[in-house]
Amino acid sequence: MKLTRRDFLKISGAATTGLALNGLGLDLHPVEAYAWELRTKDAKETPSICCFCAVGCGILCHTDKKTGKVIYTEGDADHPINGGALCAKGASAYQIAQNDKRAANVLYRAPNSDKWQVKKWDWALKEIARRVKKTRDASFVAKNAQGQIVNRCDGIASVGSAAMDNEECWLYQTMLRALGLFYIEHQARI
Amino acid sequence: MTNHWIDLANSDCILIMGSNAAENHPISFRWVMKAKDGGATVINVDPRYTRTSTKADIYAPLRSGTDLAFLGGMIKYIVENDKYFKEYILNYSNASYILGEKYGFKDGLFSGFNADKKAYDASNWGYVLDEQGIPKKDPTLQDPRCVFQLMKDHYSRYDLDTVASITGTPKADLLKVYEAYSATGVPTKAGTIMYAMGWCQHTVGVQNIRTMSIIQVLLGNMGIAGGGVNALRGESNVQGSTDAGLLFHILPGYLPTPTASLQTLADYNKKNTPTTKDPLSANWWQNRPKYVVSLLKALYGDAAKPENDFAYSWLPKGEEGKAYSWLDLFDAMYARQIQGFFAWGMNPACSGANSNKTREALANLEWMVNVNVFDNETASFWKGPGMDPRKIKTEVFFLPCAAFLEKEGSISNSGRWAQWRYKAQEPVGESKPDGDIILELFNEIRTLYQKDKKARFPDPILNLKWDYATKHQFDPHLVAKAINGFWTKDTTIGDKTYKKGEPVAAFALLQADGSTSCGSWIYCQSYNADGNNMARRDKSDPSGIGLYPKWSWAWPVNRRIIYNRASVDPTGKPWNPNKVVVEYVGEVKDGKYVSGSWKGDVPDGPWPPLKNPDGSSRQDGKLAFIMKSDGYASIFGPGLKDGPFPEHYEPLECPVEKNPLSAQLNSPVAATFKSARDVIKSCDPRFPFVGTTYRVTEHWQTGVLTRWLPWLVEAEPQLFVEMSEQLAQLRGIKNGEKVVVESPRGSLEAVAIVTKRFKPFTVQGTEIHQVGLPWHFGWIYPPDGGDSANLLTPSVGDPNTRIPESKAFMVNVRKKGA
Repeated sequence: MKLTRRDFLKISGAATTGLALNGLGLDLHPVEAYAWELRTKDAKETPSICCFCAVGCGILCHTDKKTGKVIYTEGDADHPINGGALCAKGASAYQIAQNDKRAANVLYRAPNSDKWQVKKWDWALKEIARRVKKTRDASFVAKNAQGQIVNRCDGIASVGSAAMDNEECWLYQTMLRALGLFYIEHQARI
Repeated sequence: MTNHWIDLANSDCILIMGSNAAENHPISFRWVMKAKDGGATVINVDPRYTRTSTKADIYAPLRSGTDLAFLGGMIKYIVENDKYFKEYILNYSNASYILGEKYGFKDGLFSGFNADKKAYDASNWGYVLDEQGIPKKDPTLQDPRCVFQLMKDHYSRYDLDTVASITGTPKADLLKVYEAYSATGVPTKAGTIMYAMGWCQHTVGVQNIRTMSIIQVLLGNMGIAGGGVNALRGESNVQGSTDAGLLFHILPGYLPTPTASLQTLADYNKKNTPTTKDPLSANWWQNRPKYVVSLLKALYGDAAKPENDFAYSWLPKGEEGKAYSWLDLFDAMYARQIQGFFAWGMNPACSGANSNKTREALANLEWMVNVNVFDNETASFWKGPGMDPRKIKTEVFFLPCAAFLEKEGSISNSGRWAQWRYKAQEPVGESKPDGDIILELFNEIRTLYQKDKKARFPDPILNLKWDYATKHQFDPHLVAKAINGFWTKDTTIGDKTYKKGEPVAAFALLQADGSTSCGSWIYCQSYNADGNNMARRDKSDPSGIGLYPKWSWAWPVNRRIIYNRASVDPTGKPWNPNKVVVEYVGEVKDGKYVSGSWKGDVPDGPWPPLKNPDGSSRQDGKLAFIMKSDGYASIFGPGLKDGPFPEHYEPLECPVEKNPLSAQLNSPVAATFKSARDVIKSCDPRFPFVGTTYRVTEHWQTGVLTRWLPWLVEAEPQLFVEMSEQLAQLRGIKNGEKVVVESPRGSLEAVAIVTKRFKPFTVQGTEIHQVGLPWHFGWIYPPDGGDSANLLTPSVGDPNTRIPESKAFMVNVRKKGA
């Protein structure tokens, strides 16, 4: 069997713990071995970067190959910035992956309504597109009071988002500017 | 950051001011502590004694909103005690420039102030030019009209007594900080600054950072290992989202958004492309036209051509002099001037200043789209406190998005490292990656415009390049390649031919004639013929100073420390031979370089150094600060709206009636608003205490993610307000009891934490109390968690950035029911 450095650390870490507890008269070797087996055996490791502050710590996600779900996250020991360490938030990344409070449905709240309705993506995107077009076309300013061409949509504004990836941010601003928005802002301002 | 996280370890003195890095950027402390273990001095200046303070060698308290006075005193100390690095400022800064007759400063106001417009005419702040049109210099720094002497004069008022009476810092502590930090003004020592929102969120936010930048230049700390000016950014990709131009004033790559008077691309380029008469200045922004045309090609592809000015007219133009910033946006929404709204990956009902105004503004919309990972106070604003859903017409669409580990793409950290990350599981439920939502939404919008022959100005919508899907799904690789850029036709430059479709290797090759397309010039090289450089994981570090040049990729052109030409003397030799960032190595004949190249980090441009080893000047060298049109770091900075030298003004809401430094109490040009929800009360006995906001390790921003994670909520379950024992006694408040905190704009219930971490300040002979609250909470979850501290903060802003003054305002604290 070929051992990676991390495998070695896991085994030696487990062994050390086991030895220490042995001093108390307990042999935890089988328990430790079983625990590791449960958590990461056969899991797929995927490197990611933490979603919280901008230090940019590496996080390793362990995905169960059978269920496709993330079953464990930990600091990426190979990452030069964090060297495996994470703060309380980064260490809780697993609870974003597995969280029964996550928003799982498209929701719509009608005017003057006091409740959400669950909707389909297709319906929502078509309805939003209609409103974008209606508001844009109604509020579009081709020329300003001085007669200068401005091609600007003043009736729609956008905020967001530093929570998106670079590629998403770039694509989002291209869409907004093609629509003519000038009220484009996000977290960096505040 | 001009430098990067690991580089903190190279520092000899780390000033942490305007941030609480140990709690809010905890892993940065790996490197702070490494520096400390190596003998570095760690200094923390903060209104509150934090976990950062516990690790500092020197802690100094100061009242919120007075950082500039504190730092102004440091400039005075540096100058009067000859602590500055003279060779550095002579060669690399504008210290020796002679100022024109029109520049002046009197009793808190610079010359050129127009009281009616509440604005300065910066043309009064010009230099005396020589026959070639280059600023005149006095290398002796003795001319009374040179920048150095005028700076010395300006800060002569910032003596210890005056500064202490403003900041509330004991004089002995001021001196300790000044002495320790200014000791880095020698060639072999580096001092660095770690700041965050504690400096930005003030009506003098930009000038706080300017003051420190002046200090860093005076001490020769720019461009070197362990130095620089380092903003600790708070969101994982706020660097990248800023780079991408998700702000009203910039397009991707820091190209200014066009305004109405710039009707043609030529007008735009003329206004935004700086020139210099000095052949030694690289003036890198002279390349701006190449970046703009390449961006237009990335946006509109073949539809952007020379015949139609590269579709420049399709870009929206802002009105001249009008700001469309966050505060302006919500002011317009409050005034019912905006009908539709996207709150994408944000929770503005809690995150912006003066949340009551924001929340009421949301009720004035016709429709809103909120994209988020969890329900939040923005999506559900219509059922929030004080809201009657039956009276609120706003239609709300909530779109669930994937979490970071459910998609692939890059994010850029504070140190400008663009790091690629991968998908570890499928998005939860029906949630989708933001990229897919954007892609599909625009497809729907475009279909409507294709069908409607009478649609308003459909050209930019119909012609937008939108080929970023693989098998109908958003493909981040395709976008990343578009951002990097490619050749749009076979092009020969010199003896090399580039094929159509081939990635552009780096931004020096970008063209202004449409032969290159590039979504963001600063990211050109991130995904080129070498592959996806952002995904690199090679841990080699030949520099020995932690540059890790093959780990991910840093903009620009993988440069890890920017302004690094200032890390060497004018002959190209490192100021500090023990921590070499770059070094010019070449063959020398008769004291002159006859060949040579830079070693180490990617240098700020390929040109040789300014001088030969024998001290003779070279015609082909370039000045160190290549992004400045004149090539020099600006001790005198005429480009800002509130003056060329930073000047202390009180926060707009403050506890004092007088400013000991001048007759001008507040910034004369701060951004203010006039709605019914814009109430400011200074020196009002109903609001006698200084308030501030901050964060805890266990939560993040509005808590939009962290309030839903059980481990974190268990650790930090609810809103609290920290106060001194003296204030608690004054108000009869006991530790742990619920109290009311109120400002002229809103009120909150919070658990009182009575602590020694806050102490009263002595300000102008009076005892001033300060309290602080975290801004992570919101009414929606967890139960009894409290609401947003931004209900208290004022919607006033810095005149340059228009960032809200969330860090210093006035409040009252009382027992509940009292």
